[in-house]
Amino acid sequence: MDTTSPLLRVRNLTHAFGPVLACADVSFELYPGEVLGVVGESGSGKTTLLNCISARLAPTNGIVEYDLRTKGLTDIYALSEPERRLLLRTDWGVVTQNPRDGLRMDVSAGGNVGERLMAVGARHYATIRGEAEDWLQKVELDLGRIDDKPKHFSGGMQQRLQIARNLVTKPRLVFMDEPTGGLDVSVQARLLDLLRGLVRELRLSAIIVTHDLAVARLLADRLIVMKDGKVVETGLTDQVLDDPHHAYTQLLVSSVLQV
Amino acid sequence: MSATRTQEVDGEAGYNFAYLDEQTKRMIRRCILKAVAVPGYQVPFGGREMPLPYGWGTGGMQVTASIIGKDDTLKVIDQGADDTTNAVNIRRFFARVAEVPTTEATAEASIVQTRHRVPEDPMTEGQIIVYQVPQPEPLRYLEPRETECRKMHAYKEYGLMQVSLYEDIARFGEIVTSYSYPVMVNDRYLMSPTPIPKFDNPKMDDFPALQLFGAGREKRIYAIPPYTKVKSLDFDDHPFAIQQWEEDCALCGAEETFLDEVILDDQGGKMYVCSDSHYCTKRRAEGHTGTLSESAAKAYAAAVGAAPEPANPGPAKPEPAKEEA
Repeated sequence: MDTTSPLLRVRNLTHAFGPVLACADVSFELYPGEVLGVVGESGSGKTTLLNCISARLAPTNGIVEYDLRTKGLTDIYALSEPERRLLLRTDWGVVTQNPRDGLRMDVSAGGNVGERLMAVGARHYATIRGEAEDWLQKVELDLGRIDDKPKHFSGGMQQRLQIARNLVTKPRLVFMDEPTGGLDVSVQARLLDLLRGLVRELRLSAIIVTHDLAVARLLADRLIVMKDGKVVETGLTDQVLDDPHHAYTQLLVSSVLQV
Repeated sequence: MSATRTQEVDGEAGYNFAYLDEQTKRMIRRCILKAVAVPGYQVPFGGREMPLPYGWGTGGMQVTASIIGKDDTLKVIDQGADDTTNAVNIRRFFARVAEVPTTEATAEASIVQTRHRVPEDPMTEGQIIVYQVPQPEPLRYLEPRETECRKMHAYKEYGLMQVSLYEDIARFGEIVTSYSYPVMVNDRYLMSPTPIPKFDNPKMDDFPALQLFGAGREKRIYAIPPYTKVKSLDFDDHPFAIQQWEEDCALCGAEETFLDEVILDDQGGKMYVCSDSHYCTKRRAEGHTGTLSESAAKAYAAAVGAAPEPANPGPAKPEPAKEEA
């Protein structure tokens, strides 16, 4: 993979909900194999930023370019809607904070994983089933639960199923919005361990939005710190967390409870 | 079909020909033309109140009312039968407000309005079959958002429909969907064939007659022009298959028709009879007989009444409970 050209480039991205400025003038680049963390307090515009760059919310201003396999760096909002939707379910993955938004609760776990395959034209049941089993194993879900519905799963299992469902089409870029939100710490630890392994193994690029600095430190190579819709500090994760420059980052780091 | 503003019906003062006013009929005809031009696409139309409740065939009746003329002959069937409540009432309705002759013979009809079956007798060019549609959107139970459903149709994103078949196989080992079995029309639009049994799906493919679909409550019209490709969805390793029965029709001995199971007593006694009542009657008139014993045949004839007239049906013949339509 060519690591000199960015996979995703965001330039001067601004989004306003009426008079409310949710994110202002955000620019960054993401390179293949890189994991970028976006941290900041609630209401700082993290999720809006993620929605804008994952083609689910057209920004008020600014350009989001993605390195398409066929065309190279392309403005995603210049693509037609079906092309964008295809991108979202093939080359990209989106793991939402609430699994109810990312899973079909009334479709079995196997069907949830298989949906993307069928959406891109898979029509052989045994193959789809095999892939689903394979992915359930990779995210450490019990194969005996393949025909159970996700609404009967625990929160941690639902998140792992969401990850399997997104990774089945071998995306290059995954967007995660608070992937460990609402999980207890031991389940969080296992999920983070799994994510870290998958990201390395598959050479995934990822953008992870979180308010949990521990998650950011474990997963992210680089951090963006946001406050009031603006990027206040960027840099390598260890650098930002160990030697915060901006006053807000210093507050953020010092607010973490030391056990 | 006439383009005049009103056409009085003899003896039914105040009613326009075929119940609907001429402007409404023109609106519906425009929708039908659009539907025929884009096979399988659901065209919204301004559905009118009809003198019977939603779910009883108001969509099909509006389509029929818009295309019927004085020289048409109408056949109405409900689950294949000409003598059930829904069929009898709709047939009598058009006999009164459109003064058209009605028939039970598929071959003699120019318009066949149907609920949940395609007749066993082959239909030909020049005939029109009008389906009553309870739920036109095949994706409805999988994707509740109407806006999203429309996008999925527009962009031909039909992976989700396949998921429902996947779920069947995962749970039961085979595709158990037996009615409303989803089809692709003209390699483009996913379409609900209405709750016809999947037994009838293959008949829709390359069908010589024009097929029109009207959904009254949902206010949608769609169509399949003659000789259009209609393919039932399936998996490569679980191909589409129609129902099979362990017995033949007990009355006429037909082997290749859609059969209704009729429970005879509380001891598990049952028999199978053709769901298409006209086809079965015709075969028996031709001398075909089934395995039903003489005494049982007599009891059956007594129960359903001897050869009921369309306008005056006897008590309904024993029939399995219907799903909502």
